[in-house]
Amino acid sequence: MLEVKNIHSQIEDKQILKGLSLTINKGEVHAIMGPNGTGKSTFASTLTGKDGYDITSGEILFEGNDLMELDPAERAHLGLFLAFQYPVEISGVSTTNFMKAAINEKRKANGLPPMEAKEFLALMKEKSELVELNKEFLTRSINEGFSGGEKKRNEIFQMAMLDPKLCILDETDSGLDIDALRIVANGVNKLRSADNAFLIITHYQRLLDYIVPDFVHIMYDGRIVKTGDKNLALELEEKGYDWIKESIKG
Amino acid sequence: MENTNDLLIEKATELDYKYGFVTDIEQEFANKGLSEEIVRFISAKKEEPEWMLEWRLTAFRQWQRMEEPKWVNVTYPQIDFQDLIYYAAPKKKAKLNSLDEVDPEIRKTWDKLGISNMEQNKLANVAMDFVMDSESVFTSFKDELEKKGIIFCSISEAIKNYSELVKKYIGSVVPPRDNYYSALNSAVFSDGSFVYIPKGVRCPMELSTYFRINAENTGQFERTLIIADDDSFVSYLEGCTAPQRDENQLHAAVVELVAHDRAEIKYSTVQNWYPGDAEGKGGIYNFVTKRGICQGVKSKISWTQVETGSAITWKYPSCILKGDDSIGEFYSVAVTNNHQQADTGTKMIHIGKNTRSRIVSKGISAGKSQNSYRGLVQINKTADNAYNFSQCDSMLMGGDCGAHTFPYIEIKNNTGKVEHEATTSKIGEEQLFYCNQRGIGDEEAIHLIVNGFCKEVFKELPMEFAVEAQKLLEITLENSVG
Repeated sequence: MLEVKNIHSQIEDKQILKGLSLTINKGEVHAIMGPNGTGKSTFASTLTGKDGYDITSGEILFEGNDLMELDPAERAHLGLFLAFQYPVEISGVSTTNFMKAAINEKRKANGLPPMEAKEFLALMKEKSELVELNKEFLTRSINEGFSGGEKKRNEIFQMAMLDPKLCILDETDSGLDIDALRIVANGVNKLRSADNAFLIITHYQRLLDYIVPDFVHIMYDGRIVKTGDKNLALELEEKGYDWIKESIKG
Repeated sequence: MENTNDLLIEKATELDYKYGFVTDIEQEFANKGLSEEIVRFISAKKEEPEWMLEWRLTAFRQWQRMEEPKWVNVTYPQIDFQDLIYYAAPKKKAKLNSLDEVDPEIRKTWDKLGISNMEQNKLANVAMDFVMDSESVFTSFKDELEKKGIIFCSISEAIKNYSELVKKYIGSVVPPRDNYYSALNSAVFSDGSFVYIPKGVRCPMELSTYFRINAENTGQFERTLIIADDDSFVSYLEGCTAPQRDENQLHAAVVELVAHDRAEIKYSTVQNWYPGDAEGKGGIYNFVTKRGICQGVKSKISWTQVETGSAITWKYPSCILKGDDSIGEFYSVAVTNNHQQADTGTKMIHIGKNTRSRIVSKGISAGKSQNSYRGLVQINKTADNAYNFSQCDSMLMGGDCGAHTFPYIEIKNNTGKVEHEATTSKIGEEQLFYCNQRGIGDEEAIHLIVNGFCKEVFKELPMEFAVEAQKLLEITLENSVG
């Protein structure tokens, strides 16, 4: 599904990604862990096409498409989704209207007519229950006055609505209390299928207690330095990041 | 990848004005320039009573002694008032009784403006007065309204047929000497609408006037007077467009509203005069005085405006809250793009006890435009327990435009309460990217964000107008993002 081949990138004149490679297949859940400033969020921004996040060498293929040739909306239409670390507020735009626009833009890109109102409402209902999102949130301005947990839940709700192929969760666990974490993780687990894949970016092992990954990658200094199964996360939790730094030097 | 905001500005210059056509119709003009003779000519053309002519002449003499105001936060070259034409009208002038009698060229104009189908308007429950340049061309549904005792006609007709009413109210809210442009308007105003809602009547449909500047080198000076007698209600809409021309044209209207005891007037404007081209050439100077008085107890006046057009907009729809427990409201969206300038806002003058006012102003600037909110909240000695809430939000698109806020507050009664909130935001790359990531492209994302920003104002507009306003906003900001 996703093939990242030896990508390098820089922001202004600072080298951030230094030869990152990663392959994700359908049905897999990958976790990327690593200390602050190693390029985890940069990687997410690069994949989704944020302004200013270009690569200087390497290649990213998503379902055979060269991602770097596409603008962010086109990437989204192909089925790429990012649950933001800091979702922005849009005053006066309800989650309902926002989702309607998103779904219909995607349908338009795929040559489909706008979704029928009835079908849309049924979908909203089904998916909001999935993340235990109160109906009241759907009519409020998106993310405005939401708590940290509510914002993250809203992200997972959107993910459920758009039914993406590859879901990237950028530090979704940060700022969540244990209940919110459980709800978010349950939502993600219910969305897991043989046809989609997840890339979970996190600092801590905690989230991985709830969403069990198939692969754990440790990122350090702009590339993946170690890959293992879920036990690698536990080992990391126990030994700390210094262990990684040491083992690289060694 | 280029910075989105740079692209924003670059693309902003591709604005398209779709109402820029000219109607090819035989017109009658006054000679260029302004003099007592011209004032007499206009008055004679309109077969006005003697008092009206005298009123105009007094205004003209006052205007001659006045100086053009300079305090506004806009810049424009000196206007040569002797180089303008003060009267232009479609020539065929016999009174129209049915739509079939309307000049086909004018009907074509309606088609292009999307207001041709009176039947559609009937369904939408809108009675319409169409004013081209100096003359009212056609008023629909007059008979139906007459049955309820409602008068809705052109001001020229009103001066002839309801002389006493006009005499009593004209200039009572905006006296000719009020300001330079109101004096000018009082001297040379040509047409406009007149509305009278009798006691206890709720006007069953939206009343609407469509103003259209067509002729070249003319100024448009319309005058609107709306009177709502005790316990009545009326909702009035005005729409405006003009052809695309290289010269600037002056539009200096006066609107007066009078609300008696427990009466309510809702006045909505969608102003889309030609804004000039991308380089700032041409466009309308929109210098307008709009004021309403809540004369009676518990009366209410509500102004809603969506200002997308004009090279320069300079207006402050205001409320004088004289009656106890009266309410004044002002909801405004002002959008400027390219080289447009807008200095707009309101004045809320609290005189009666327990008077309340609410101001919601949304300014959106793109391109190289400048957008100012200027508002006065004045609580006078007599206004016990007066309350005002003001909210002024500005949104910037790109780095070459400006937003300014000038709130003035004068409180002479210490039981008064005034709340003011102001924000300035930039359509951020973060917001755009958030939308993009969900599959919403730049253009659609801008619509979504801008409409969200203006939502509080749009919801005050009658349904059909709200849809039109949203579309206008989209056209004005079209291609304003890469």
